Amino acid sequence: MSHHTLDARRLLCPMPVIKTQNFVATLAQGDTVDVICTDPGAKNDIPAWCRINGHEIIGMADKDNDIVITVRVDNQNN
Amino acid sequence: MSQNNISQNNMSQNKQTKQRKAVALISGGLDSLLAARVMIEQGIHVEGINFFTGFCVEGHTHAIRKKDKAKPKRNNALWSAEQLGIKLHIIDVIEDYKDVVINPKHGYGANLNPCLDCKCFMVSKAMEWLKENDFDFIITGEVVGQRPMSQRKDTMPVVARESGANDLLVRPLCAKNLPATYPEKQGWIDREKMHGFNGRSRKPQFKLASEFGFSDYAQPAGGCCFLTDKSYSVKLADLWQAQGERKYEFDDIMLLKMGRHLRPRPHFKIIVGREEGENNFMEGYKNQFTSMYTLSHTGPFVLIDGKTNEDDIKLAAQLTARFSHGRDASSVKVMVRQADKKEFTLDVTPIPSDDIPKEWYI
Repeated sequence: MSHHTLDARRLLCPMPVIKTQNFVATLAQGDTVDVICTDPGAKNDIPAWCRINGHEIIGMADKDNDIVITVRVDNQNN
Repeated sequence: MSQNNISQNNMSQNKQTKQRKAVALISGGLDSLLAARVMIEQGIHVEGINFFTGFCVEGHTHAIRKKDKAKPKRNNALWSAEQLGIKLHIIDVIEDYKDVVINPKHGYGANLNPCLDCKCFMVSKAMEWLKENDFDFIITGEVVGQRPMSQRKDTMPVVARESGANDLLVRPLCAKNLPATYPEKQGWIDREKMHGFNGRSRKPQFKLASEFGFSDYAQPAGGCCFLTDKSYSVKLADLWQAQGERKYEFDDIMLLKMGRHLRPRPHFKIIVGREEGENNFMEGYKNQFTSMYTLSHTGPFVLIDGKTNEDDIKLAAQLTARFSHGRDASSVKVMVRQADKKEFTLDVTPIPSDDIPKEWYI
């Protein structure tokens, strides 16, 4: 299991979701990724994408002007 | 249960009734939501697909404009998938979609909306996905007669044919008005349990939504694409005219959505931020364009798009001053920043509003 960072700053939804989707597809079960965004819409969209695809949100925080959303990969049902 | 046992069970099931799989085009509107649900009701395994063309930018406006910050933000396609309990695959088609916008075989609608070509393109992309992922057929929420360009009785076969989907394209909301598809002929789905919706009335959809318990659905399809918007299309046409050719980059089509656009000279235009959210977003482009803002008064952030000379920059600064709180002042100090980061200031008199011809506004 490894931890990663994905820069999705200055991208507007759904691009942060698309970047997350495509990056998570390359990760292994249990890996985690901090997705760094600036579009507040990502606060709804990335968790929604995780819910329908079985991944888990394990953190969400505002840091300066960024939003950091941490996803734990669950590929069991994929 | 071991992986082998699962495989053996699947093989056994395959011999009896193979679980059929359909990919549904999910726009986030009501029709695609209902179409997918009708197929789920028939025991089909459905997964959604949503294409991001770059013009589905309604959410972007809300994300950028500060006055819209309080509005609830959600991606309607994701929301639909969640209501349906299905997976959704969002595909970036920005590059491939350019040819649809620039060279639509079937032409444009009332604005620069190539709706029929767009539908053919999206179904063809879904067909590619279907083949790559071993799915059986495609679902759309199309309704005969619903839309003037892409959903007419005579264009329904065009979409099926030109996309390459042919009789693997199922439209559950109006299937009874169309020839039987391959999944129907094979008995994978029951034609009698689909619908015969027809025309522009939305009442049958609202009734079906109520039966399924859907109440909080998005507006009907079409409104989510900025190419159907007149003012947006005018700006895109202006961009093409100024460039001397029909082409665009993703940043171009994003910037068309924000700010006031004025073209004082054929070779350059200015984009004036209308509020703080737009100003902040446009600042992200300051290393790609010459930009300016007022120092002596509060005012907008402005981008200059085009090759400019000294007189052009002065005119742009006077316009920037005009849209600032120094509009009535005798002199306004304007900071000019070139894309190469070179900065200088100009003291200018704001251009009187009567001296701004209406034709400058795009």
